Amino acid sequence: MNNNVLIGYKQRDNFVDRLTGTTKLIGLIALSVIGMTSFDTRFLLVLTVCSLALFRVSGIKFHEVSFILGFITVFSVLNLIAVYIFGPKYGVHLYGSEHVIWQGIGPYNLTWEQLFYEFNLFLKYIFTVPLALIFLMTTNPSEFSSSLNRIGISYRISYAVSLALRYIPDVQNDYRQISRAQQARGNEISKKGKLTHRVKVAGQILLPLIFTSLDRIETISQAMELRRFGKLKKRTWYAARPMKRNDFLALIVIALVVLVGIYLFKVNGGRFYNPFK
Amino acid sequence: MHKKQGISVRTVVAIGIGTAIFFVLMRYIPIPTGVPDTNINLAYGFLALMGSIFGPVAGGLIAFLGHMFNDLTWGEPWWTWIVADGIYGILFGLTKKYLNIENGGLTKHKLVIFNVYQIIISVLVWGIIAPTGDVLVYSEPASKVYLQGITSVICNALSVGILGTILLVAYARTRSKKGSLKKES
Repeated sequence: MNNNVLIGYKQRDNFVDRLTGTTKLIGLIALSVIGMTSFDTRFLLVLTVCSLALFRVSGIKFHEVSFILGFITVFSVLNLIAVYIFGPKYGVHLYGSEHVIWQGIGPYNLTWEQLFYEFNLFLKYIFTVPLALIFLMTTNPSEFSSSLNRIGISYRISYAVSLALRYIPDVQNDYRQISRAQQARGNEISKKGKLTHRVKVAGQILLPLIFTSLDRIETISQAMELRRFGKLKKRTWYAARPMKRNDFLALIVIALVVLVGIYLFKVNGGRFYNPFK
Repeated sequence: MHKKQGISVRTVVAIGIGTAIFFVLMRYIPIPTGVPDTNINLAYGFLALMGSIFGPVAGGLIAFLGHMFNDLTWGEPWWTWIVADGIYGILFGLTKKYLNIENGGLTKHKLVIFNVYQIIISVLVWGIIAPTGDVLVYSEPASKVYLQGITSVICNALSVGILGTILLVAYARTRSKKGSLKKES
């Protein structure tokens, strides 16, 4: 429970930190969507390098995220291996040619096409990582919800998001306390206990956790109703910041990147860049 | 009095707190299955409860936001599965009227129907929508994503079938039936 990046917001005085939450939110969504659809290796490489550079500028220290990075690497590699096991010829099928590097058993040979396809997948897995971490670690949670409201999402939903961010640490605390109380009673949930026993104990922890939270929903909503939340069409935000020159510049750069991505679909005649032709 | 606009305050709070719990359950208590990126998630049992109490808007947003935050903390927002999760939440929300759990309308018969329904929507969302999205958007080999899909169907249906059912029954016990109080003569 220790590696909590989500609430890792810390004020860092630099270019990335000073951008408004709105800009960062639009940037994250736009770039991750275009990177998700594009299979142009050159484009993905540039995106990866840029997002790494941005990560460097953002001033986040490596040790703050090293655990997450290790975990992501392991999972990406597992995923790539799974892709190879289930579709050893998928690259050949996509690019329509076959250059064998090493002849293996049955369908399991190694082709340049497969390697290239999996390299693309790898880039897709990793290029969002710096962006997402920057977003989480440099955006003030209350400012984040005001940004949601500014990009056109109803303020009730934006407020719900801000409530979620506010209560994640509380729920974690509750969880920890209840699970310690159960351990004190001899109910072991860690790997030391037997599996069936652990499942039963998990239930004994979850029930109180969920039911205290349901009570909490009633309390909070009554408090909010007393303060007349949701009576008017609009709401102002204490944490909102005005857009500055740098925000507009950043948005223009993001728009350009997305346009280049779309333009490349046209150049390549589809989503794939094919060097084997 | 002002006319009521949009969703109620209670739903707003339910989305907020629900997302927080969904996130914590998904992030910290997953039970790995051995298939990459596919876990048994206790969060879905909880989602079934929230959907049936607070309706489709709450269910959909809790799942969508909770999954999104979870993915963001790992650095990889996997949009196809996030959207699929939102749909799953909305589908759970549709049971609100039928189960009528808040007014103590839950019966054994309804629980059985609910479990049949949850298996159908698990197959629909995790067996069809999510993997098909992966094939179309991420262009991954179909056999791999469908294996992940089928594993998720089993895990999530189990999570909802066991934990979800327990939670529904436990919650129903705390509610009294509408009209159960009689005026003494």
